[in-house]
Amino acid sequence: MTRRDALSRVSLILGGTIVGAELFLNGCGPSVPQVSATEFTAGTISFLDEVGEIIIPTSASSPGAKAAKIGEFMKTIVTECYEAKNQKIFFEGIGKLNEAAKAKSGGKTFLEMEPEAQKALLTEIDVEAKAYAKENVANPEAPKHYFALMKQLTLWGYFSSEVGATQALRYVEAPGPYKGCIPYTKGEKAWAL
Amino acid sequence: MADMEFDAIVVGSGVSGGWAAKELCEKGLKVIMLERGKDVVHVKDYTNATKGPWEFPYRGTRSQKMIEDYPVLKRDYPLNERNLDWWASDKDCPYTEVKRFDWFRGYQVGGRSLLWGRQSYRLADLDFEANAKDGIAVDWPVRYKDIAPWYDYVERFIGVSGNRDGIPHLPDGEFLPPMDLNCVEKDVAERLKVHYKGMRHLIIGRAAHITSPLEGQNRGVCQSRNKCSLGCPYGAYFSTQSSTLPAAMKTGNLTVRPFSIVTKVLYDKDTKRATGVEVLDAETNQTYEYKSKIIFLNASTINTTWMLMNSATDIWPEGLGSSSGELGHNLMDHHLGVRAGGWVEGYEDKYYEGRRPNGFYIPRFRNLSGEKRDYIRGFGYQGAANREGWSREVAEYGIGLELKEALTEPGKWTMGMGGFGEILPYHENKVTLDKTKTDKWGLNVVAIDCELKENEKKMRKDMLQDGIEILQAAGVKDVKGVDGDGTPGRGIHEMGTARMGLDPKTSVLNKWNQMWDAQNVFITDGSFMTSAGCQNPSLTYMAFTARAVDHAISELKKMNL
Repeated sequence: MTRRDALSRVSLILGGTIVGAELFLNGCGPSVPQVSATEFTAGTISFLDEVGEIIIPTSASSPGAKAAKIGEFMKTIVTECYEAKNQKIFFEGIGKLNEAAKAKSGGKTFLEMEPEAQKALLTEIDVEAKAYAKENVANPEAPKHYFALMKQLTLWGYFSSEVGATQALRYVEAPGPYKGCIPYTKGEKAWAL
Repeated sequence: MADMEFDAIVVGSGVSGGWAAKELCEKGLKVIMLERGKDVVHVKDYTNATKGPWEFPYRGTRSQKMIEDYPVLKRDYPLNERNLDWWASDKDCPYTEVKRFDWFRGYQVGGRSLLWGRQSYRLADLDFEANAKDGIAVDWPVRYKDIAPWYDYVERFIGVSGNRDGIPHLPDGEFLPPMDLNCVEKDVAERLKVHYKGMRHLIIGRAAHITSPLEGQNRGVCQSRNKCSLGCPYGAYFSTQSSTLPAAMKTGNLTVRPFSIVTKVLYDKDTKRATGVEVLDAETNQTYEYKSKIIFLNASTINTTWMLMNSATDIWPEGLGSSSGELGHNLMDHHLGVRAGGWVEGYEDKYYEGRRPNGFYIPRFRNLSGEKRDYIRGFGYQGAANREGWSREVAEYGIGLELKEALTEPGKWTMGMGGFGEILPYHENKVTLDKTKTDKWGLNVVAIDCELKENEKKMRKDMLQDGIEILQAAGVKDVKGVDGDGTPGRGIHEMGTARMGLDPKTSVLNKWNQMWDAQNVFITDGSFMTSAGCQNPSLTYMAFTARAVDHAISELKKMNL
């Protein structure tokens, strides 16, 4: 992100829900990460891959979040970039998500649920997370909802991944002279950054 | 030792140091350019320049480890994994903040010319006459007519893309073809013209990017990659590496010595001239002396003054160039952090192509044509209109296929901008030597004591209100503004501390950037600035540098130096 991008990035100005990156741009003082990479077991990573794939699934035109190795991405960001307080929320969130799965499915873990049931559950939790964010809109210090973190990481990790940027979006390494005004037809993909 | 003697020494290799070296070499002088940091070889050392976003583990952001290691740099956007190597280490090079001052430094060959924002605007007589008219600080010893030909000269060489807008207080230059405003920005420009009856302008940014080939230079045109701060493999934007260094090297007259921290300017009190510099090798800790007839100090504002404060203290306790009592004083920056933005209805059938490394500019419009606000001087805005990307919120869809498909298409148009305000030259805003603290090499560090005062605070109110009003007048929806962090230093436009003037009693340099106390020492980095304007200052440093070299050469010929 350059200064120009920062100046013109309205979502940030408006205190909106911009994904992922804003967590790190403000540089809240140093805090020692408490979660080490070893706590992300293979099981955790495949769990996160599944959650990510439901948020951003494979479609006819492009692979989904699993193909973008979203679980590995979350591991990197959570262990190395997150502040301790968000690491805690994220990790406790994995437990909470499984608790919610059990309550909903009569004792099954999230990974044991049927795909439709998984999607229905995450849809419900997403509504809950959005409502929570709305309640706290005036309080930027309020703890994040764990699912908001998972969803942010999924969108950020996916659209900045190679499959996301080059297949779900259009990535051009050297676009050539900037064209300020071209026609756009609905359905055409957005440019990747 | 013959290899320790040169015709000229240039301290620093950034925007102005590169220019000094080029000009001196082209005039036939044997020059050594001393750079405190490592070498960065054009293209070869731009190791991240062609990576895709996915090739960065943190996708371009920062880790907690980086935040711990960079307690100053973390305060704003510069701390990121993509070009971390080009920002100075806060731990190796600490400084003292009497009041908070965010100092973002680039210690390598090329300095911050590799990292700069490339916005290139001329100052005008509105700026050069300002101190005299307002009765503050001291008058600039030059006027626009003195410097205009030098602006022409540097623009022709570096390549500045821009439109000839005909705005008297933002003089047009020798421009390459302008970059495009996009559809929304063009319409907004028209609406503002009507609404403000031609008194406020929205123009395409004037940026030091090649938009058509420059004869005789091995540089490619801008490819709209917007990865400039990783180094440009096409050499499309001006940097020391892409522009002045190859020209200087071509003469065969330049020696570049990286890892050379200049600790002192050596001074001979009998001849009243500097004789050379003392260098501390940053790798070996050995000290060396280089001798020369003339010396250009281009170590960047604050560092140049630090060097002087460390020099000739047996003659002037406050350092070389301090006889006026102004050395170290009148530190300035531009105050940033006021932003406004909103979204734009319509234009769903319009888009753009390319990542434009530039935006729009709204030049100063306050305190012009006889208007008198409750503060003096003014500010400009820089910003852009864009279509939202995947990071927007999509209210209708929570998760799954619909969300994914919605986010693969561009969203609505938004428009945002931030202000760049002038900071006045206050004697109390200053740097001094902190004799209680040392850096990695055992050198005393600088203490920075600088703050915004009433004039800037009042100006910020206008910056916020005007920003909101302009966007509303342009038809932007849900406009919101914020008075964010305006801490000095964040503009990364440090200026002053060795100002030029008409009188040796109140200034450090004469009208040729020549030190009153040692006439073979020239300072042409931001230190010389007598006032700050609100325009991005690098182009002005280049123009004054070329002019100062021209003067130095003619003085050498007359045997005056």
